[in-house]
Amino acid sequence: MERVALEKKVLSENDRVAADLRARFQEHGILCLNLISSPGSGKTSLLERTLESLPRQDRVAVLTGDIQTENDANRLRRFNFPVKQITTGGTCHLDARMIERHLADWNLGDLDLLLIENVGNLVCPSSYDLGEAAKIVVLSVTEGEDKPLKYPSIFFKSDLLVLNKIDLLPYVPFDIEAAADNARKVHPGMEIVKVSCLSGDGLREWMDWLEHRRRQHKALLQETAS
Amino acid sequence: MHELGIANSVLEAVRTEMARHPGTYPCKVGVRVGEMTAIDQEALRFCFEAIIVETDLESLELGIEVCPRRHRCLACGHEFVVRDYDSRCPQCASLETVCISGDELELAYLEVEEYGTSSVGEKSTQ
Repeated sequence: MERVALEKKVLSENDRVAADLRARFQEHGILCLNLISSPGSGKTSLLERTLESLPRQDRVAVLTGDIQTENDANRLRRFNFPVKQITTGGTCHLDARMIERHLADWNLGDLDLLLIENVGNLVCPSSYDLGEAAKIVVLSVTEGEDKPLKYPSIFFKSDLLVLNKIDLLPYVPFDIEAAADNARKVHPGMEIVKVSCLSGDGLREWMDWLEHRRRQHKALLQETAS
Repeated sequence: MHELGIANSVLEAVRTEMARHPGTYPCKVGVRVGEMTAIDQEALRFCFEAIIVETDLESLELGIEVCPRRHRCLACGHEFVVRDYDSRCPQCASLETVCISGDELELAYLEVEEYGTSSVGEKSTQ
């Protein structure tokens, strides 16, 4: 019997494609963000409100993933930015190869920001690197404040927590401070914004975060280039 | 349920590695799974066993080593296992600690046996 040390990642093939995507995003100065949440937390609504408030000439594109239907892409196309639906046909997450395939006929030189809406699932998408600069987790106030403790992986790996549907706070027994505390227990120092995509509350803060992140990314790229 | 995809990746890696070890067959593959990876051990084992049935790798065993979340204290350098999400340094109480493991999903090792040296039903290639 001989034991051979392997010492490589299980998802090394996905990671290889993701690293390649990351290099291409970097080359074209694109900030790529990967939005993850349970089904129905409001990823698409957040993207609708985001696209709605971005200037028309902004160089933004969206890839949106679901198991079936073009529904989300249809909702997001109304804002006249390039949008493509990825239907996985059953797979519960997006992987790097799907991103690579769906970017194939877009000219990356035309983009500054790529928003990826993952399949609604709080577990599996956290294992797959898509070449993004950051993951963002969306949690809505109808889901229970202990979600970060129950599904720590995605909160651990995300840079930002968007707490959505705060307009419903008067009607649900959701302790928003406890939710924030739980997220920071799993991920000390995690950034959090509280929004309602329906009423618009807190969206300014989200857009500021996005704008700050875009500026920061650009500065970082310029620094690496010089 | 992404454990099926993970199990497939493990199996692919085994096949790739086996090409480098002619005259042997694989007995056991070891993977390291961090507790922060959202991989369910039992589901992974179930999927793994399901995809090797009636293949040439049917006797392949899967070893899973679960790695706890470990942090290093930036103030005093102490390394410790994080329990109940409490990432405060147990030695100096600093909150400035960084994660050093618990997020791994890695192939650790492969155990191979030469054909003909074991009674585990493999036929010799000689």
